[in-house]
Amino acid sequence: MNYRYCVHINRETIISSFSNLLLFLYLVLSCSAFTLAQSNDDCLTCHDDNTLRGKRNGKTISVYVNSKELKGSVHNDVQCIDCHVDLAKSNFPHKTNVQPAQCSSCHDDEQTQYIAGIHGKKYSKGDPLAPNCQTCHGSHDITNVKNPSSAVAPIKVPFLCGSCHREGAPVQVQRKIPENHILENYSESLHGVALLQKGLSVAPNCASCHSPHKILPPSDPQSTIARQNIAATCTKCHAEIEVVHRKIIKGKLWEKTPHVLPVCIDCHPPHKIQQVLYEQSVANQDCLNCHGRTNLKSGDGRSMFVDVVQLQNSIHSQVSCSQCHNTVNPSLLRPCTGITSKVDCSICHAQEGDQFSESIHGQLLAKNDPNAPTCVECHGSHNVLSNTNPISPTFHTNIPNLCARCHREGEPAAVRYVGKEHDIINNYVESIHGKGLLKSGLTVTATCTDCHTAHHELPHSDPTSSVNRKNIASTCGRCHYGIEKQLENSVHSPSVTKTDKRLPVCNDCHSAHQISRTDAAGFRLSIMNICGNCHEKYANSYFDTYHGQVSRLGYAKTAKCWDCHGSHDILPVENPASHLSFQNKVQTCKKCHEGATRQFAGYFTHATHHEPVKYPIMFWTFWGMTGLLVGTFFVAGVHTLLWLPRSIKYRKELKKRLSREDEDLES
Amino acid sequence: MEEKEEKILVEEAKPVELHSIKKEKLQFQRFTRLNRILHILMIVSFISLALTGMTLKFSYTGWAVFLSHLFGGFESAGYIHRFFAFVMVCVFMTHLIDLIRLMRREKKSLRELIFSPDSLMFNRKDVKDLIGTLKWFIGMGERPQYGRWTYWEKFDYFAVFWGIFVIGFTGLTLWFPEVLTSILPGWFINVATIIHSDEALLATGFIFTVHFFNTHLRPEKFPMDIVIFSGRTSLAEYKIDRPAEYNELLESGNLEKFLVEPYPPIVIRAIKVFGWIALSLGFSIIVWIIYAMVFAYR
Repeated sequence: MNYRYCVHINRETIISSFSNLLLFLYLVLSCSAFTLAQSNDDCLTCHDDNTLRGKRNGKTISVYVNSKELKGSVHNDVQCIDCHVDLAKSNFPHKTNVQPAQCSSCHDDEQTQYIAGIHGKKYSKGDPLAPNCQTCHGSHDITNVKNPSSAVAPIKVPFLCGSCHREGAPVQVQRKIPENHILENYSESLHGVALLQKGLSVAPNCASCHSPHKILPPSDPQSTIARQNIAATCTKCHAEIEVVHRKIIKGKLWEKTPHVLPVCIDCHPPHKIQQVLYEQSVANQDCLNCHGRTNLKSGDGRSMFVDVVQLQNSIHSQVSCSQCHNTVNPSLLRPCTGITSKVDCSICHAQEGDQFSESIHGQLLAKNDPNAPTCVECHGSHNVLSNTNPISPTFHTNIPNLCARCHREGEPAAVRYVGKEHDIINNYVESIHGKGLLKSGLTVTATCTDCHTAHHELPHSDPTSSVNRKNIASTCGRCHYGIEKQLENSVHSPSVTKTDKRLPVCNDCHSAHQISRTDAAGFRLSIMNICGNCHEKYANSYFDTYHGQVSRLGYAKTAKCWDCHGSHDILPVENPASHLSFQNKVQTCKKCHEGATRQFAGYFTHATHHEPVKYPIMFWTFWGMTGLLVGTFFVAGVHTLLWLPRSIKYRKELKKRLSREDEDLES
Repeated sequence: MEEKEEKILVEEAKPVELHSIKKEKLQFQRFTRLNRILHILMIVSFISLALTGMTLKFSYTGWAVFLSHLFGGFESAGYIHRFFAFVMVCVFMTHLIDLIRLMRREKKSLRELIFSPDSLMFNRKDVKDLIGTLKWFIGMGERPQYGRWTYWEKFDYFAVFWGIFVIGFTGLTLWFPEVLTSILPGWFINVATIIHSDEALLATGFIFTVHFFNTHLRPEKFPMDIVIFSGRTSLAEYKIDRPAEYNELLESGNLEKFLVEPYPPIVIRAIKVFGWIALSLGFSIIVWIIYAMVFAYR
């Protein structure tokens, strides 16, 4: 900063000639009051009076200098005559027609830039609307640019420039300014919001792009906002912007051939800079010149026809051809010869693209598996529709059919599958989710992608899969949140029960694709076996009771495991909150047995006569009854077995005796 | 209930002159009409109770599932079970009332009735008969002179007496568990289940094997003795089978009072059809029990 340097020089001068000054001071003051008027105090003797008037170019003006402002300004230590150079060595009272202060004596670089700029040129031509140094910086009250109250503090610059360039101001109306609503647009732009609303002083203001002093119109090749200089101007802040933009335009060409490739402002209009504001469909017509023809074929016979109606109805109607087919090269004779690879949707759908490449679909694609689906297999190509559009293949109710294309029995994905889940499509359709989605038309019902995710499908064995054992509860919990919370606190939660045994997750009881209503007979019956997989002893003893016997006959009505134990909120009976705690047991029985009492609840629901220690009464009753049975049958059996051979002999004897007796009786 | 304390003739058993026996081949009537009706009702209710009850006891067999569905589900089977339990209790009560009526008609005290020689109560002769029978079985003596009731018939009779109370009371516990547990502890339901089911197993097992053998399957009666349905048997057979009673009646001159005309063949055929059905069901149940307990039990 040159003015600082000036001050510094000034100080040095003062210090080095301090002794000289002291010597001369007496002489100067004592000799005459009419000698040279060079100190600020001398000037302020008169100019600190706010009624003081002078003349310039025939006009009466105030020549008042506020001594307080001057002392607070950056020029505090500068002598009046350092700026008002024409008054140096002049006698007092000085001449009336004083020249403007000369900033260039210290700030000659800025002065040069100013003169080269549009403001300086116009000023030198005598344009009354043209600003000079004082217009922007002020005069005796100039403060440091870092001082927030400075007229040129970053946050004040838009207002400063806006004082002339606001809509309706004389400059905007009377001079040729190519942009309109500059201040309004800027204040709504990303830059303006950052500076004015978020208070980011590093956010670009007018001077950041237009430069502070050498402001030039965009038509001037030297201008910071000339087409060929814009990239350089923007990259002052957006240093590595070409890296970010590589997916959209080629960084190299951007710099080298600005006349062909777009520059920043082509997409991000000046003063209106938003995050994305592309000029679109510019080239679509060029593409459709050829690709609009129905008979267009590629070298290998594929149709290259693009149905423009389909495209216009698609979700990408506002996306230009070149945004997807981004390897198109306008500098080539036929720009489309630059297209050598398939469309990479991830240039816009980056997250989906990443997920896909991690998914089993993406893994297969990476292995060049012919069965691997790409984006277009599910979404279509030029006819991509929003998943909220009911005719889209990715609409909620259409997804089972979409996935079935490959995953129905006999189709490629089902053929290569080696796991246990078979006939998944038909099973799903018959499941509670399938019925809800397809029969009841409930779009909130879980469809394939709700559990398997849309783009990150992975086999259940993969720990990051949404259907991995560890993740199933949270996957189901996305809809069944309350159930997930219940399960988290139950004995089946790994956070509650520390065990190396396998704790059940949702699909162990509910299955994956055959989920049925829990009040359906089939489910009520199947659950006993599922609980019995781990709780074998208790399942067996359950089947010794009336509840279990009726269940085994195939009737769902009697109490099943979870009617008493609860389902997702199973707790140890010692826990007072358990359905089977002392406090809750009678109430649990009352669900079915309205007249249940404390004594009634004393019934052993899992009692077995095989445990003499735990259930001695039942054990001895059983063996007592068994003894009675065995004893009775033994005695009766011996009696019968002895009787049988005798009876065979007696039969013959009896026949003879019967005929004899008959004769006797007749006689 | 093959008892017959009363010697009062039922209507169809009109006294006839002894000379007409030769012509008509009159038969000896052993059971009254009420006794026979009660026994038929007993058979029907007993088999129904056994079939419906065993669907639960042997619920792990396919037969149980089939039968349960045949009865219209476990609830329907339950209603059938309780209905026939009610019928059986009615049969039992009717028999008790019948005994009281007999007591009044004969102007006998309860004690006299119970300890009369024709009573179903065990007496000294039964001990003698049992020993004699065992000797006869092993060829060490003649066939005992059986009277009105043999000891094995008396055993069957008291088995039912005992069974009605034991199975009846435990059955009521299972029927009204909420009511019963207001008096008894909850574990009594568990105990009642064991007693009810094992006592029923004993009853069915005994009736369809031992009782069937004693009355129908022993070679001299094979394949069945229809006397409990017809109530009558040939005089010759009766004389040989129950010599003691025959001789007593002959001596007291009361034999003619029990001589009746035989049933026409159509009635006999109907009786036999019913008998075969009852026998087949009984045997089927035995086959099922053996299958369930020996082959299907886990």
